[in-house]
Amino acid sequence: MPNIVVLVKQVPDTNAKIAVSGNRVDLSAVKMVMSPYDEFAVETALQHREASGGEVTALTVGGAGCDKILKDAKAIGVDRIVRVDAEGEMDSNALQTVLAKAVTELGAEVVYCGKAAADTGAGSTGPGLAERMGWASVSNAIGASFDGGLSVIAPSGAGNAKLNVPLPAVVSCDKGDFKVRKPNVKGIMQAKKASVDVHSIDAPASSVTVTSHSLPPAKPAGKTFDGGAAAAEVAQLLRDEANVL
Amino acid sequence: MTQTIVIAEMNNNAVHPSTAELVTAAMAIGDAPTVIVPCTDASVANGAANMGAGTVIAAKSGAFTHYDAGGWAEALDAVAPPGTVITGASPQSKDLAARIAARRNLAVIQDAVAIDGNSITSPVYSGKAMQTVSISGPAVVSVRSNVFAASSGGATEASVIDTDGNVATSVAEFMARASERLDVGEANIVISGGRGMGSPDNFVHLESIADTLGAAVGASRAAVDTWEAIPHAMQVGQTGKTVNPSLYIAVGISGAIQHLAGMRSSKYIVAINKDADAPIFQHADYGIVATWEEALPVLHTALKSMLD
Repeated sequence: MPNIVVLVKQVPDTNAKIAVSGNRVDLSAVKMVMSPYDEFAVETALQHREASGGEVTALTVGGAGCDKILKDAKAIGVDRIVRVDAEGEMDSNALQTVLAKAVTELGAEVVYCGKAAADTGAGSTGPGLAERMGWASVSNAIGASFDGGLSVIAPSGAGNAKLNVPLPAVVSCDKGDFKVRKPNVKGIMQAKKASVDVHSIDAPASSVTVTSHSLPPAKPAGKTFDGGAAAAEVAQLLRDEANVL
Repeated sequence: MTQTIVIAEMNNNAVHPSTAELVTAAMAIGDAPTVIVPCTDASVANGAANMGAGTVIAAKSGAFTHYDAGGWAEALDAVAPPGTVITGASPQSKDLAARIAARRNLAVIQDAVAIDGNSITSPVYSGKAMQTVSISGPAVVSVRSNVFAASSGGATEASVIDTDGNVATSVAEFMARASERLDVGEANIVISGGRGMGSPDNFVHLESIADTLGAAVGASRAAVDTWEAIPHAMQVGQTGKTVNPSLYIAVGISGAIQHLAGMRSSKYIVAINKDADAPIFQHADYGIVATWEEALPVLHTALKSMLD
């Protein structure tokens, strides 16, 4: 019965506008949520438990404010919720070192995570953690099955491939075929009572520091035309002005 | 100067031309790079000639038969000298970048769009903001395509080094993509439809223009969520694919933040929408206020007469 860990991260709601004040993003007015791809990871972890038994632990790294997404994971059905207490920015090297220690402490045999966090969009955590653990990894999985060992469907060349994945392993999840379950009343009640298991792990110093944030450069105003007949003129402009045809 | 290494971007066992852009990116950090070509047949590495490399290494191994992140990272790490490693920013290359970085206990910075010595800029929050970081010491950096100019000249021949890595995963079967169409993530031109298309059946009009242009067909999240016939693989936006084509044509798409996040870095944007106040027009180089029924036939005829 595998000990399953799912990594979750708190990020700004993907529908939120991002403001920059000074030279840093200002998230004070933004609602924070579980990164959307992590929901597919939670779903996959729960399906794995349903197929093979075992226990699912949701793990995050951050301050006490991140307990909410752990409780959200609990409401959906994970067994345990764990937070490694941390404040401030960490580079990928520091974060993955902390996660590797936590995953070792938890005795995990398989780790699921989202294909990328919605804030950084980097997608480094899953493969980086796997490398540190000396485990196999598959990224961007769009389906998984658990009969006779783990196999996942992931993009490969011009199509997809069904890959057999020996455990221990890290699998990062894309939207794909995963239908995310919603919490039921019982789950929500249990989540309210659940306590977060807080771990403290030393992080190595970061070699990457954020120096500034800015808004993307505004595009110069475009040309607007009225009526469908203008499409012929636009086609000409695409060739003669934009040079993209 | 910092020593730099470029892992060649591969496509169908051939060196992808965007590798020459990675060389330019590497030279914004340090010296002319060592370009390493992962291959099973060393002659493939000739594809990296005249891309501005200091040296080209054909890293030859059976481990490169199918993509396995761990096996590839191990086999490439064994061949690569120390220094800052540059990769492409395709999903596979970002995955590889993360594993190589972890293997070397280095930090990884993904999706770089500007590099100035130790200062590297990438989009964050799906392009709603840009983040500049400073790196101390070597790192691994993945670089977006279509941002840096291609480099040329330099090494013309590859030296061959045999290497190996432990491939943990095995392919049970290859599955053709549900659609034969070009993937939105790879196409140089993308034409996308939103809920304004009225019905998934009307996407056939986008497909015929796509065929004329050699374009991929994409969709907004609203379209994907509303119509089962429009698969998630087509979705452009924050929870779908981020695209960076030369030309993006948005049809019947209002331009929700979510969608803009996935396509705003396209070089040219054309918007067709019947609502003159749709936010997409603020991001369009060329906006056409019209229904798709009015605009698409005219556009298609004009493109056909131009390109045929």
